[in-house]
Order: sequence, then C-alpha cells, then structure tokens
Amino acid sequence: MSILVFIEHAEGAVKKSSLEAVSYAAAMEGDVTAIAIGSIAEDALKSAGKAGASKVLHVTDEKLEKGIIQAYANVISQAMEKIGANILVLAKSSLGDPVAARVSAKLDAGFVSNIVDLPDTSSGFQVKRSIYTGKAFANVNITTEKKILGIKKNAVELKEDGADASVEKFAANLSDADFNVKITSQDKATGEVLLPEAEIVVSGGRGMKGPENWGMIEELAKTLGAATGCSKPVSDMGWRPHHEHVGQTGVKVSPQLYVAVGISGAIQHLAGVNSSKNILVINKDAEAPFFSAADYGIVGDAFEVVPKLTAALKAAQN
Amino acid sequence: MKILVCITHVPDTTAKIAFTDNNKKFDANGVQFIIGPYDDYALARAVELKESSGGTLTVLNIGTSETEPTIRKALAIGADDAIRINAEPTDSLFVAKQIAVHAKEANYDLIMMGRESIDFNGGMVHGMVGELLGIPAISPVMKLDIEGDKATMAREIEGGKEYLELSLPFIAGCQEPIAEWKIPNMRGIMSARSKKLEVIEPVSADVAGQLEQYELPPAKGAVKMIDADNVEELVKLLKNEAKVI
Repeated sequence: MSILVFIEHAEGAVKKSSLEAVSYAAAMEGDVTAIAIGSIAEDALKSAGKAGASKVLHVTDEKLEKGIIQAYANVISQAMEKIGANILVLAKSSLGDPVAARVSAKLDAGFVSNIVDLPDTSSGFQVKRSIYTGKAFANVNITTEKKILGIKKNAVELKEDGADASVEKFAANLSDADFNVKITSQDKATGEVLLPEAEIVVSGGRGMKGPENWGMIEELAKTLGAATGCSKPVSDMGWRPHHEHVGQTGVKVSPQLYVAVGISGAIQHLAGVNSSKNILVINKDAEAPFFSAADYGIVGDAFEVVPKLTAALKAAQN
Repeated sequence: MKILVCITHVPDTTAKIAFTDNNKKFDANGVQFIIGPYDDYALARAVELKESSGGTLTVLNIGTSETEPTIRKALAIGADDAIRINAEPTDSLFVAKQIAVHAKEANYDLIMMGRESIDFNGGMVHGMVGELLGIPAISPVMKLDIEGDKATMAREIEGGKEYLELSLPFIAGCQEPIAEWKIPNMRGIMSARSKKLEVIEPVSADVAGQLEQYELPPAKGAVKMIDADNVEELVKLLKNEAKVI
C-alpha cells in the first residue's frame, strides 16, 4: 500500500505535526513517501525518514515558494498518481486543509479530517474523527477507492527511530490557471512557539484585567516552552491578536498541557481545549466552571500564583 | 454582483451533545438549531456587500424540511431568496457536489460560507466546491473587500495573517471579524415570510463517508486541587504524574 504524506515546513525545519502525519502513515504499515514543496535543505527533509518515510519528493519550483492552494493541490494529485498512492495523509493546518479539499474533489477521494486514531480496516476502512469541536467522536467508513486522512495533533506518537529518507526532486505540470491568486504579503509572528503546534499552551482570560498584565503569562509560557493563547473576550477587546484566540470559534488546541489563567471556562472556550491531555486551571473563583473540566486546579489570585509558579518551575529546572 | 451564501443548520454552541438509536443518531431532543456561527459571519458580510454594490443575495442549505426555520432566519437577516436542496448533508464531498451543480447553472460571482460547520468541523466544502467549479477558494477569510471584479482579503494562518488579491468569481470560507453578526429586525422577519424559498431535489452522488457510530469522550476524572501557597507540589505533579515538564 503506497501512501503519500504532504509535509509542511517552517523556518527551515519540517513541522512536527507533519512528522506526526508521517508516523501515522508508517503505523498503517504502508510504503510511505513524503512530499515537501518550497525551499528547505535536503538534510532537514531527512527527518521525515526518521518518522517513517522511505522517500521524500522535493518540489523546488520557485513559483511555489508561497502556498498557492490550487497549484499545491495539482502538485500533490500528480505526485499521488506518479507513485500510485491511493491514500494521502496530512496534518491539519491553514494550508493543508484547503489543499486536501481540492485534491479530494479532483480525485473523487473521500476526505475525513480531525482523525484521532489509526484506521480500523477489519471491515472496510473506518476512521475515528473528532466532531462537535471535540465534544464527541464519529466513526466513519470511507467508501471511495482513494482516501484522504487529515490527522489531528497527537493522534499517534511521533516515531523518531527510522532511517534517513532518500530525497528526490519532483516537478509537476502546472498552468497559469493554478496561479490566479496572488499572495501579497504575510504578517506572521516569528520565533514564537505556534499555538496549534505547541505541546504546552498558557492562556489568559479576562481575569488578567488588561493587556499590560500579559508579561507574567508570557514569562510562564517562556519557562514552559509554551505558546500563549487567550479567551474570546480577550481577543474581542483587542488585548491580544485574534490568532491567539482559543475556543469554539478560534484555534482548537490539543497540547500535552493546557494552562488556563483567569478564564472562567465557558462552554465555547472548553470546546477549543477539551482534547488537551492535561488541563491546569488557575482562578480566584472556586466556583469557576473550568475546574470541573480540569486535571489540576489552584484557587488563587493569578497575580500572586503565576509569578510563584514561574519561579518554582525555574527552580525545578536548575 | 450575484452572491450565494451557503448556510448550515447546526445545534446551538451551548447545546448538550448526546446520541440516540444505539449511538447512530444525534439526539435533537431539546436542542435549539441555529445558522452556523461562521456562516452567520459570511451572511453578514454578504449583506453589506450587497448593500454597497447592489446585486442579489441567495442563501442555500442542504437539508431536510426541518432546516426551513433556519433558512427563514437568513432571509430575515437580508437574503433575497433561498434554495433548499432536499437531502441529508451526509458528507462533505456529497454536499460540495450539490452546491457545485447548482452554482454552475446559476453562475454566481461570489460564493460565501463559513470556514467550517460547527457539527462536523470538516472545513472542506469551500475548497471542494472551488475545485469542482475550477475557481479559487480561500479560507478562513477575516477581511474581504471587493472593487469591480477585484478582491483583496486577509486570511488567518498559523501565528498571523496572509493578504491576498484575486478576481471574481471565487469562494470565501469566512470567520470573524469579517463582519458583525446581524440580528433580524421586525421588518426583516415579516418580509422573510413572503420571500421565495425554492426546494430542489439533489443530484445523485455517491456517499464518500458512511457514518457507522457516534461516541462520547470518556468522563473526566476529578480535579486535583493544590493549595495556592504550595506551587512546588503542583510542579512535582506536572513532572512526575502528568509527565509534561
């Protein structure tokens, strides 16, 4: 069974969520080929081998430096055909999702996203996907010959013990019609841990009282190697940028640890964090609904507890 | 400009999620259904675009007759007319094919919908329709301006935004803060009753994903409370029990 995995990269390295997708494909006991588009060092691509790919196709066409969705979908469809893959696996992302949707329509391939476990092939091809923003799961049988699997973060453990993959150049036939969208600029935080990729997330809510108090959230996040997030009211009031908004209508995260500071835990916020492995809640209100969804809780004033916790974590690190 | 807005009919964001019929059916008992919150943003921006540059605004839903009150609400918010494709929206590819067949015939300049439905969270229908029609599909769009047949937009990417330029026709999967939700006023509600709601039968399309069974997540264990004066204890738990640091 030949499987193609679309891997994304940022700042010179393959994204961890993409490597997880490679490990997912390898765990399906397939012959795994990864495909990367855009400039990245060959050595960096070999990490896909450690995660379970035997080969990496590298597309270096200059026109594809930016993520032009239609063109990427065309490249991936052609790569699937070339290696005879009936299955495409990829991680959830702002680029991967729309690309896979187009591939799905192009190839008439059933596409299921937010998959949390390996497929069950004992009768048909059944996958378990998260639905209702993490409040439930659906087991879905993909009935088409070609299939696309969108993997949710932490669906499988990342494998890092494989051999280096061989890297091969791949060029696709593209036309002008594939480039009818122009990306004029990107405005992107650099050097920070990105929220959807983070293993630990520290979020602040209205209890932080104002954007001027975010220093302690950032300090705690930095100590934990975490990304920072926030609740909806915080991004609505403009205290923090929209891309940090965690919740039903914002970013959904599934880190190993989610730390909520001064967030009461409205159902819409919980929907964005309920697949976190561990949840720590710090709130001065002992009745805050978030505590009933938490694994660890501290009732206390964030302005006292957070600096103390940061200091204790630093002490434990030394 | 001829605009189509596709809407979903979904349980309210605070609804309790439960299943019946041996976990094969969503339990709609006592659940209030709404226009998908993301679709509501698309609709609000579409109403603004229509107000500023003229044209028509049609809403479309794929659903059974139960979705008609939701469609009427969209008409009350400002759509001119509505179409219901009479089918269960079983999977994304099926839904996309229904939309594409209708859209090809009606020849819209702009198709808008939410970034994803809040029930199945697929977020893929806009891309599929774009491919089926051979036009761009961009999502999640946070800002959309149209001048003549040229559009500028911002979409959210991990850690920031991407700014794009493209020409009509295209599809936009929308999210906040593209526009403020519009609440229907009395005049809108009255006029919605007499606006045209056409019901058409679906085109035949295979089901690509067959639902076998729903599942609820396992119940969460009790929270471990730690004294605010003893954060060292918490650090130990995070290290030795949760093993996350």
